[in-house]
Amino acid sequence: MTYTAGIDVGSTYTKAVVFGDGRIAGRALEPTGFKLADVAGRVFDRALESAGLTRPDVHYVIATGFGRHQATFADTQVTDLTASARGTTFLFPGTRTILDVGGQTMKASRVDEAASVRSFRLNDKCAAGTGAFLEKTARYMGYGIEEIGPLVNTSKHAVAISGVCAVFAESEVINQLSEGTPPADIMHGAIVSLVGRSVQLMKRVQMAPEFTLIGGIMRFDKMVAVVRDQLRQPVNVPDGDLVQFTSALGAALLGQHRLRKLAEAGRAGVEA
Amino acid sequence: MAYGAGVDVGSTQTKAVILDETGRIVGRALRPTGANVIRAAEEAFHEALASGDLREEEVEYVVGTGYGRYKVTFGNTQVTEISCHGRGAVHMFPGTRTVIDMGGQDTKAIRVRASGEIVDFCMNDKCAAGTGRFLGAASSALDIPLDDLGPTALRGERPVKISTTCTVFAESEVLSWLGKGKKIEDILLGVHQSIATRSVGLLRRVGVEEEVTFTGGVARNLAMIRALDERLGLKVNVSEESHFMGALGAALFALDRIVSSRAPAAEARGAAS
Repeated sequence: MTYTAGIDVGSTYTKAVVFGDGRIAGRALEPTGFKLADVAGRVFDRALESAGLTRPDVHYVIATGFGRHQATFADTQVTDLTASARGTTFLFPGTRTILDVGGQTMKASRVDEAASVRSFRLNDKCAAGTGAFLEKTARYMGYGIEEIGPLVNTSKHAVAISGVCAVFAESEVINQLSEGTPPADIMHGAIVSLVGRSVQLMKRVQMAPEFTLIGGIMRFDKMVAVVRDQLRQPVNVPDGDLVQFTSALGAALLGQHRLRKLAEAGRAGVEA
Repeated sequence: MAYGAGVDVGSTQTKAVILDETGRIVGRALRPTGANVIRAAEEAFHEALASGDLREEEVEYVVGTGYGRYKVTFGNTQVTEISCHGRGAVHMFPGTRTVIDMGGQDTKAIRVRASGEIVDFCMNDKCAAGTGRFLGAASSALDIPLDDLGPTALRGERPVKISTTCTVFAESEVLSWLGKGKKIEDILLGVHQSIATRSVGLLRRVGVEEEVTFTGGVARNLAMIRALDERLGLKVNVSEESHFMGALGAALFALDRIVSSRAPAAEARGAAS
């Protein structure tokens, strides 16, 4: 059995996937924190443990995400755009547009049949265009990240939240609360505002169906529903928490690809 | 003796100043704005009255300013904070031609005439980058009180380069520098320099003409004064009243109204005699 691993050291969470025999053998995730090398190694070991494997069982490790160069045990690094394109097209081969919304980034990319990235746009300069906007909005109202999903599902309609700045949102949230607006409707408004920004970003990469949504923020059903509404198109979403692991999965798949290439070239004595 | 008052309801703090008719400050107060803006304005005004041992009836005219100026329900009129900071700065430093006002959520660059009249201004209206909130983010990330940030930064020798623009992301960047073993002093010096650089960018958009007066709550911060001086290549004016400059300007406008309301009456009396 040829196992490979993908480690995605993201701005907020670090994810690892161990892949072999055409399926995910193990995975793990942890908040990234500030010791990137430590967390990358720890999440890798936990993913191995969940697969019942140890480090020597894995033939190739690829790191991705903003902290990929801190995963010093990896054989190589790829950008998160390359990794997410590979993971997404593995799950949904018809994907042509990917929207990836994480804790501190938002990325839109156009991919072709071969999972190559044709164009991309990203925002990592302004929190108003990332998951941090939802987190801040929730926090101003006294809710944690994990409460966003259940909270927003009780909303009947979204109030208008301007969404120009995650800091200025605080005054807006306070004004809404003082007027008696339910927190669920404010949260819903924040999601609508964030999705508005995502659609702008997708337009700039000449979006085309099929659309696949990934990243930790897509755990919120409302986020997916609002994207679908604004695009007026069906969207693919990986099952459950797989939305968070798509890039790590892609990195592991690229590892498989790399091993095949190396075997073909006869430069590595890897068992088939 | 007639009195005029200015109440500056800022995004973070509410300030009130009471002037006697000679322009002397006889009362002042400062409190957090909080969620109840109307009450913040009332309380600041009453605290200022108490500090000057005055009764509400003695104050003839009240001008509200700041983002919450329309919540100064007892005010006679409202004036924008841009006009008030310009007016206050020129009153304190008559040579002022450019004002940089750094508050809790916004930074403004203002060009003024010798009269205090506004020529041009520019502000961060879309984003909290380069405002007092950036210091707030550093304060909460490092768990250091806001007032200690400046003194700590002044001890820095090798400032780190802060690369984030967004105030929300600044918090993680500060922590990541800490994780890389940088000294708190050097991180904070970098934070101050980053804010100063953004503010100077704003100043250049309205044109820097000497003298430059630094107003707003952040003007109490010595490290910020020094960072601005270095980036502008000149010494900015800073008054003891910098924090109250908007309220002071508003109170000066209140005195103007008192004087002008009397002028016709005085002329009429002169004509009759």
